[in-house]
Amino acid sequence: MLDIQRLEKSFGAKHAVRGVSFRLEKGTVLGFLGPNGAGKSTTMRMIAGVLEPDSGDALIDGKSILSNRREAQRALGYLPEGAPLYEDMTPPEFLVFMASARGMNGIARKNGVERAIADARISTVCDQRIGSLSKGYRRRVGLAGAILHDPPVLLLDEPTDGLDPNQKRAVRALIARMAPHKAILISTHTLTEVPAMCTRAIVVDRGMVIADDTPEALARQSEDGTLEGAFTRLTDQAEAESA
Amino acid sequence: MMMWLREQFGGFTATYRRELGAYFATPMAYVFLAVFLLALGVFTWEASRFFDTGSADLAPFFVWHPWLYMIFLPALAMRLWADERSAGTDELLLSLPLGMPGLVLGKLLAAWTVAGVGLALTAPMWVTVNVLGSPDNAAIMLTYLVSFLMAGAYLSIGAAISALTGSQVTAFVISVVIAFVFTAAGWPLVLSGVKSVFGTGGAELVASFSFLTQFEGAQRGVLELRAVVFFLGFTAFWATLNGLWATRQRLG
Repeated sequence: MLDIQRLEKSFGAKHAVRGVSFRLEKGTVLGFLGPNGAGKSTTMRMIAGVLEPDSGDALIDGKSILSNRREAQRALGYLPEGAPLYEDMTPPEFLVFMASARGMNGIARKNGVERAIADARISTVCDQRIGSLSKGYRRRVGLAGAILHDPPVLLLDEPTDGLDPNQKRAVRALIARMAPHKAILISTHTLTEVPAMCTRAIVVDRGMVIADDTPEALARQSEDGTLEGAFTRLTDQAEAESA
Repeated sequence: MMMWLREQFGGFTATYRRELGAYFATPMAYVFLAVFLLALGVFTWEASRFFDTGSADLAPFFVWHPWLYMIFLPALAMRLWADERSAGTDELLLSLPLGMPGLVLGKLLAAWTVAGVGLALTAPMWVTVNVLGSPDNAAIMLTYLVSFLMAGAYLSIGAAISALTGSQVTAFVISVVIAFVFTAAGWPLVLSGVKSVFGTGGAELVASFSFLTQFEGAQRGVLELRAVVFFLGFTAFWATLNGLWATRQRLG
């Protein structure tokens, strides 16, 4: 479903992503973990076709993001970091725009928008402008935009960031409902929700993959048996090695 | 070929509708239209003394178009790309399977439509001269059309610079300066200076790139193919730059 091949990206002297590779199958929810500035968002932006990699490639549902960008992007739903949205639109207007931009028309567009509104549970705010919505609702509108066309691959950059516990649970439930039919990549630094949400976790630091396992197996590697302990140990180790 | 076109211009309608909606969802378009019409009125009546010219035509009205476009249209175009970047929505846009030409044209034409509405709202002027006398309406129609084309040329500068800088204020200032250069190049004051340095040929070359010179024939009611080609070509040139500058975003 998603095949990441040695992605590399530098910004000037900063080598942000250094040869990140992994594969993701249908039915997997992959937690993409790492400290701030580890290259998580940069990697996701390259997979989404927003940023051109210096080298490497990403195949989405078999289509290359470099040589067949539009086809690859059609198979992808992407929630960028911070869920940027057009504040002057209402959620349905925004979703209709996203659907039209994806070439959906008529009945398909109407159904897609209605389904996304129901799945993301935003029907109560449909007549408000996005600019006046709370952070939680905005995140859900962004999520609705990502799942609108029912893509086989989902890329969610911190989908639960800034949500209250109830909203987090709702987003987790939505992801769990979609999980069997899709390959889902979620970046997060809220480690406590990883075991509940993800079936696999990758830890990146300084642009490299430093661990790839199930959340449980990762947690077992630490002394105290928590994912947080493992995360600290792994990223500290990477820091010590590079120093 | 058809497939290729559809790929490149896919998303044009969605972009156009969204941008046009954005102008009217905020006070932006209304403020622009009100101030633009007010300024055009003030210049036509106060500076050109519309009623005192003694002839039933719109010359004292059209003469201000290039100068007002130079200031107002960059203000209309400055948000087109810079706003996306400051809100982070460019990331959303670039992740959609859209063609850059469709995006660029969708945005440009939305702004162009607002400018067209502004121009259409000056129709009472046209009605007024018809009440007061019998002007050459075909000539006036033609001047309106060329003025509309010229508006597109000014907007294309603003849109491209907006994609280049990513800041609305910077985009506005730079666009006005560029628009001023292309307007004032046909100003007698500038041309006499150019003539004294580069000779008559140099002055003619500079003048041929000026909006004032290109708009001159249309103001007299003469349809010049040269001017139509100039404005459309100019717009296409800046729209291309716009596309290149917006694509640059992907490189990081």
